[in-house]
Amino acid sequence: MRNALTIARREIAAALASPVAYVLFGAFAFLFGYFFADYLQSFVEAGMRMSRMGGGSGGTLDVNSDLIRWLMASAAILVLFLMPLLSMRTVSEEIRSGTIELLLTAPVTDGQIVFGKFLAAFALYGVMLAMTLLHLAVLFWYSQPEVAPILAAYLGLALLGAALLALGLFFSSLTRNQIVAGLLTFGALLVLWLLEFAGQRGGAGGRLLAYLSVTGHLEDFARGVITIRDLVFYLSFAGFWLFLTRESLRSRRWRG
Amino acid sequence: MEPVILVDRVSKRYGPALAVSGLHFAVEKGEVLGFLGPNGAGKTTTMRIITGFMPPSEGRVLITGLDISEAPLAARRKIGYLPETPPLYPEMEVSGFLGFAARLRGVPGSRVPGAVDRAVARCALGDVRRTIIGKLSRGYRQRVGLAQALVHDPEVLVLDEPTAGLDPKQIHETRCLIRELAGERTVVLSTHILPEVSVTCDRVVIISEGRLRAEDTPERLVARLGAAGRSREFIEIETEGTPAGSPDRARAALRALPGVASVEVVGPEAAEGARILQVEIEAPDLRTGLRGDRRTELARALLDAGCPLYGLRRGGASLEEVYLALTTDEAGETSDGETRAADGGEARIGNGEETGKAREPAETAS
Repeated sequence: MRNALTIARREIAAALASPVAYVLFGAFAFLFGYFFADYLQSFVEAGMRMSRMGGGSGGTLDVNSDLIRWLMASAAILVLFLMPLLSMRTVSEEIRSGTIELLLTAPVTDGQIVFGKFLAAFALYGVMLAMTLLHLAVLFWYSQPEVAPILAAYLGLALLGAALLALGLFFSSLTRNQIVAGLLTFGALLVLWLLEFAGQRGGAGGRLLAYLSVTGHLEDFARGVITIRDLVFYLSFAGFWLFLTRESLRSRRWRG
Repeated sequence: MEPVILVDRVSKRYGPALAVSGLHFAVEKGEVLGFLGPNGAGKTTTMRIITGFMPPSEGRVLITGLDISEAPLAARRKIGYLPETPPLYPEMEVSGFLGFAARLRGVPGSRVPGAVDRAVARCALGDVRRTIIGKLSRGYRQRVGLAQALVHDPEVLVLDEPTAGLDPKQIHETRCLIRELAGERTVVLSTHILPEVSVTCDRVVIISEGRLRAEDTPERLVARLGAAGRSREFIEIETEGTPAGSPDRARAALRALPGVASVEVVGPEAAEGARILQVEIEAPDLRTGLRGDRRTELARALLDAGCPLYGLRRGGASLEEVYLALTTDEAGETSDGETRAADGGEARIGNGEETGKAREPAETAS
């Protein structure tokens, strides 16, 4: 663990020393803020329409289910598009510059290297998520949303990010070119996202495709529901790609 | 006593290509081993196997008795490695990077600052401690690379071409540093620069095409080649220049001696003042039957001819000659090798940059 933390610490410091991280933070904050403003406006307008029609007509508006839920689902799409940028350089840059040789000859296991890299990317992603708390704070200022579903949604986003970063880490370990790594990751994520629509055809095959869709599993979390099925999916998804990344490093040793 | 490094019948295949084949040698404690071979001979591959970067296809490597494949972490902890391109993170400060390298190599947190201070002092990096690595000159980067290799005070140092790309002064400093580091530590360094070997190494392993060609001290390698009769002997004589137009009595006198193949003027020939003549004696023992040191004889001939004698030294077979003989005859380039070797008095290999190039022997005026 100490070794993984040593690697993660350096990785985070390096990311914060380069403009990439800040551009990414800025882009995420801007886009999330845009979604937030947009949803908030529709929410407020809907509320006003409802009160004009006179309450008690059956429908009520709820901050949790009518605003935060959709906001979190949209955040998932943002995460899907931005994670490749966070993961693409992690390993490929080390391969390109030759620093991978320092890591692979140090008394650390391949697993610790991969986990350290993953921790660093995940921590940076954590910073991005933390920025969105500011928007939610606004909601707490003006209304009383329930806290538990929000925590569930954040747990879902964190798991989604972990899964996507693990996949990105794998593609980053395949090539010395970070752009190629980013594009491969992006392509893979696109396919996994589209599975959600392919899965709507129904049938056993459709159910399998839907199960493999990375964003589909966020829906329950966004509603504030934590299911074992979704937890298992994200954790095993992340574990699978981290394992493959370790194997990829190992095969790089053989090839030199 | 068991050797610090044992490379035990190691082979490495990249697909069908055999990069290293049955390499076997040992390095004793405190030794500086020079790993010599042309580019592409398998030097880097061997070093990567020794450092545990890649596993061998066959054979094993023991570091102080620990198998690098079976106890990789314990074995790697004992090694400091400077790869061919120094593994540096350009965005980090020198001290920050060295701290990272120390922690990565398992130095306990409380001892990291001390380890960094020692490495900085050792490699004379005091002035650039807080500088971003990306802004350093090539020479400094190489030194930072060396510092990261020894920051955890390893028993074994593996240096892949530690002086590549440095200027002559930096090369000299690096070699001195390596000599200093030896003793307590065991050093393996690879190079294709020959003088580096005679200056820094106790022992040489010459490899070519992935195979071990020779393993001995630089002096003994030279002696062995000489004894095999492949060598011609060179003697350098410092005498006075001849004014233009007058007969060159010195060269005439020397050429008249038995066994002398040629007398060349080395360096610029000044009309006045000193010049250096290089006398080539063909197969001193075998062909002419003349034995032993010919220096007295040459000196007498020169003085009898009425020429002054300022200095005289024996060149002998050079390490370069040994190297070329061992690494080129498999490839069928012997004649080329000998052309180059013919020019190869040790004193004249100078600072290493020129060894790779084929040099023409000075014109023989006969």
